[in-house]
Amino acid sequence: MNEPSHAVVSYRIFIAVWLLLLALTAVTVAVSRVHLGALNIWAALGIASLKSALVIFFFMHLKYEQRIFKIFLLITLVTLALFIGLTFFDVLYR
Amino acid sequence: MNDSGPPHPHQDDTGAKLGMWLFLYTEVLLFGGLFILYAVYLQRYPREFAAAAGELNLALGTANTVILLTGSLLVALSVSAIGRGNCGPAQGLLWGGAATGVLFLANKYIEWSAEIGHGIYPGSPALAQRPPGENVFFGLYYITLGLHGLHVLIGSILLAVMAVMTANGSIRRDRFVVLENSGLYWHLVDLVWIFIFPLYYLLL
Repeated sequence: MNEPSHAVVSYRIFIAVWLLLLALTAVTVAVSRVHLGALNIWAALGIASLKSALVIFFFMHLKYEQRIFKIFLLITLVTLALFIGLTFFDVLYR
Repeated sequence: MNDSGPPHPHQDDTGAKLGMWLFLYTEVLLFGGLFILYAVYLQRYPREFAAAAGELNLALGTANTVILLTGSLLVALSVSAIGRGNCGPAQGLLWGGAATGVLFLANKYIEWSAEIGHGIYPGSPALAQRPPGENVFFGLYYITLGLHGLHVLIGSILLAVMAVMTANGSIRRDRFVVLENSGLYWHLVDLVWIFIFPLYYLLL
């Protein structure tokens, strides 16, 4: 094997990511209690996406994996986005 | 490849992990379908969804978010511990991870018992009296969180199995891809909850 497939991540990085995730949870709860109209849902989704990125890249080790893993993630997200986009294209203009 | 004995000639950890990621992507599309239904009906019934979401238990939802994030941390730490050859601590971390899943389900039990006690469950007479938008919200709430809860249950069992395998030496410093893959599954459960929490509990 030419690539190290098991990068050992330091405990400190994981604990820092966990603290960041808890802080973002507090932020999303706080923001959701303020009436911002349509912005509320976008703020919630934005923070959730940021939290997901932290989980995927650090807890799930994606940052340390080979490029093919990242390409797979991109293909999945594009598929999901197309799926959502085309559904709304239909639903909104019916 | 590693300093602790020769690896098995057919051991292919990259292939094993790639397969797990592929499976997780099918899970993303499975939950994605439920989130699309949510989005379409939220757009159709914004006021009813907000009213129904206000009835959910925000304190328990937030507690469960913290519990799952902590469970993810414990499992991520256990993978690092095995990678360093610290099997004892890894075992403890895995039991801790399984315990977070049990705690999550206990909270869910309390939450759903109260809601079902108030007559809120799919097809209930109390819900039939209410506007269709609220019916759709609670229907999606039970199916999405129920499917997620099933994943939490499976994940907890997997983590307990991993703890036992670590204890009996099946998972070692030079062979732990099964632990990594179980960890990936557990993190996916956390990922889905990261979206469920704001969409169901925090909607205004």
